[in-house]
Amino acid sequence: MLEGIPLFPEQASNLAPEVDNLYFFVTAVTAFFALLVVVFVIIFAIKYRDRTGERVGSPITGSTALELGWSIIPFLVSMVIFAWATIVFFHLVRAPDQTLEIYSTGKRWMWRFQHIDGQSEINELHVPLGRPVKVVFTSEDVLHSLFIPAFRVKADAIPGRYSSIWFTPTKTGEYHLFCAEYCGTKHSGMIGTVVVMEPNDYQAWLSGGGGLSMSARGEQLFQQHGCVSCHLTDGSGRGPSLAGKFGTQETLVTGATVAVDDTYIRESILTPQVKLVAGYQPLMPTFQGLINEEGLMSLIEYIKSLPSTGQAGAAPSLAPVPASPGGGPR
Amino acid sequence: MTTTVLPRVTYLNVKYGVASWLLTKDHKRIGILYLIVVAIAFLLGGIFAAGVRIELTTPQGDFVSADTYNRLFTMHGVAMVFFVLIPAVPAILGNFAMPLMIGAKDVAFPRINLLSWYVFVIGFIFTLAAMVFGGVDTGWTFYTPYSSTASNSNVLLTGIGIFIAGFSSILTGLNFAVTIHRMRAPGLTWFRLPLFVWALYATALVQILATPVIAITLLMLVVERALGFGIFDPRLGGDPVLFQHLFWFYSHPAVYIMILPPMGAISEVIACFSRKNVFGYSFVAFSSLAIAVFGFLVWAHHLFVAGISPYSAMVFSFLSFAVAIPSAVKTFNWTATLYQGAIWWQAPLMWVFGFIGLFLVGGLTGLFLASLGLDVHLHDTYFVVAHFHYIMVGGAIMGFFAGLHYWWPKMTGKMFSNSAANLAALLVFVGFNLTFFPQFILGYLGMPRRYHVYADEFQVLNVLSSAGASILAVGYTLTASYLLFSLVKGEAAGANPWRATGLEWKTESPPIPENFTETPVVNEGPYKYSTREIKVA
Repeated sequence: MLEGIPLFPEQASNLAPEVDNLYFFVTAVTAFFALLVVVFVIIFAIKYRDRTGERVGSPITGSTALELGWSIIPFLVSMVIFAWATIVFFHLVRAPDQTLEIYSTGKRWMWRFQHIDGQSEINELHVPLGRPVKVVFTSEDVLHSLFIPAFRVKADAIPGRYSSIWFTPTKTGEYHLFCAEYCGTKHSGMIGTVVVMEPNDYQAWLSGGGGLSMSARGEQLFQQHGCVSCHLTDGSGRGPSLAGKFGTQETLVTGATVAVDDTYIRESILTPQVKLVAGYQPLMPTFQGLINEEGLMSLIEYIKSLPSTGQAGAAPSLAPVPASPGGGPR
Repeated sequence: MTTTVLPRVTYLNVKYGVASWLLTKDHKRIGILYLIVVAIAFLLGGIFAAGVRIELTTPQGDFVSADTYNRLFTMHGVAMVFFVLIPAVPAILGNFAMPLMIGAKDVAFPRINLLSWYVFVIGFIFTLAAMVFGGVDTGWTFYTPYSSTASNSNVLLTGIGIFIAGFSSILTGLNFAVTIHRMRAPGLTWFRLPLFVWALYATALVQILATPVIAITLLMLVVERALGFGIFDPRLGGDPVLFQHLFWFYSHPAVYIMILPPMGAISEVIACFSRKNVFGYSFVAFSSLAIAVFGFLVWAHHLFVAGISPYSAMVFSFLSFAVAIPSAVKTFNWTATLYQGAIWWQAPLMWVFGFIGLFLVGGLTGLFLASLGLDVHLHDTYFVVAHFHYIMVGGAIMGFFAGLHYWWPKMTGKMFSNSAANLAALLVFVGFNLTFFPQFILGYLGMPRRYHVYADEFQVLNVLSSAGASILAVGYTLTASYLLFSLVKGEAAGANPWRATGLEWKTESPPIPENFTETPVVNEGPYKYSTREIKVA
């Protein structure tokens, strides 16, 4: 029966071997130190045993050399672990530039995944083999944590902001997906399956769903909620132009600068007065309660898809001719 | 009194009756009062743990409902952390032994000492009420926004209970710090203090400085939940992760409130039963202070996957490795203390050996969690559960029992059965490892903590863990049995049954109400077993 116990989870992402190698190294180092102490304790306890309780021990008080040795050597060893672990960590948290993005929201007690092409799924996540995938997610209620053990990745889902994990699947198959941050009654039921597919199968699966792409859905919302009437692409509107803004820096009325990323766009829709762009009036109403998390993600995807219009119409001839909004290259 | 000699006046028989205990200002009696309340909390926490382990023997949720399960592990954590681990060594053993060890008649503020106990009991009653009237289900960490907006359980009452109990810890810390500064016997300089006193001093500083933060944090949670303030609610401009920063700013140092005093007890016991000085006395003493100081600077290592900046994660990872070094130094010094000792294998020492084995594993697995690249995978899995149980139960509780066995003859005047105590130490050691070692493997396999229902492939390891827990339960029950039995049938201990150095052994067992007939004068270090002294290298 004992042979049936697995000791390590499957390695199904590019990150898994990196994490495992570090794990083996730390296991070896710590096992060495643990054994060292245990062996000495056992040897001393037996060798110097006094059954009478009458004798006294040797009057040794200490040794500065030994103290320094067993402070400095463990410190140096731990610094090796620290450095290695930090390198692995930065690889884990820094997604490469070109990734397939998938959006997700956690809420009690399920995970919803939204593919850019329009497919959405609940408690299942289909991803292609061999391609870097980035999952951007938030929570609609309390804290959750998206955890895929076979990929060795995890990040908390926090209401009000976006988190992300990335991985390149290296093995087709089905893997566990867990909620790792306690979230109430059915916390242990907030689980799902990651399905890693051959790229062709993935394409076939994607096209099977139909529905609007996320940016098209975002464009719809952009029209419906009247965003379009102020955020004119030429910059002449009452709100700043959003064209090409994603990934740039924006100066605020306070003089501070802010990176235009997922979180900033989300914040600007829900609490527009908080980080107001310099040169604009606080006119924008809040859309809190009017647009749900998926709607917000679609809007972000739409805003990301808006190509830069150059210097806001000042010198149109210098800018590459933009494609139609919503359909442009990302 | 069954003894044939005329009963001597001791702190136990000087007055009889419930009132004489409930109004006592004697530090020794207050220690016993704490022991009673903590034992109740330990039993309660143990029963909750048993419920958890029974549920987890099968992957399905078939023993209790999900809501009940969530209450069980939460109340297990609340009872054990706030009402067992934090008070166990300082408030029981510290209260009883520390004034004796420094040759004082009592602590500096005996009335405040009694007040601490009452405050503790009132906090405990609030928390018990919360448990009786439906329980609490947030996990002992009370993370927002679950605790502030979603939970339908008694978060307020529990929060208020812990808030109140915190003041007991602050008052005890203040009392001990002042006592150690002002009440030492003539000639008892800082570097002649027993290491247990050093550890209590370091702990007192943490209690005084860190505990107010949890009080404020819980108060914020209470107003957030009751009045909807929005401190932790992103919809109102708050930040749910702020709670985690505040919570761990106390709760990580609190780990050192739990482990430093047992470390001190370990130093006492190991010196006594090796008949030697503790190797590197000043390094062991200062490592307590170093742990107390560095312990304040590592809180965010609980937040590595909670969206903090990777650069700040790097800093906190580095500091977490740094705080491991003083603990390693202590362990090496204890090991070296055994070298060329005259090692007398008595039961307290067996609990120390258990402590060293378990604390080693607990401390070293902390390095896995301090490692950023590993923590991403391990965070919130059973690996973490195993790690902190190795520290808190394997370390703190083993250390508490080592100290309790060591000072039991002094507290009660009675000897317990040495062979029963050896057996109990062995059972606890084996049961503990069987319970918690499989959880490291479960954690690396990816089983998240706080799961009522789990994937089938995790079952074998969970069954092993539950089997271990039953051995652990037998071990603890045995311990309680022979200790209680010794009160009735135990042989008289005499003033110094272990032939230990230290002022507490220079007075009768149990001590007279005023501790010493005349104030002792000290003119040597604490572990003067041999008259010669050698300093190597």
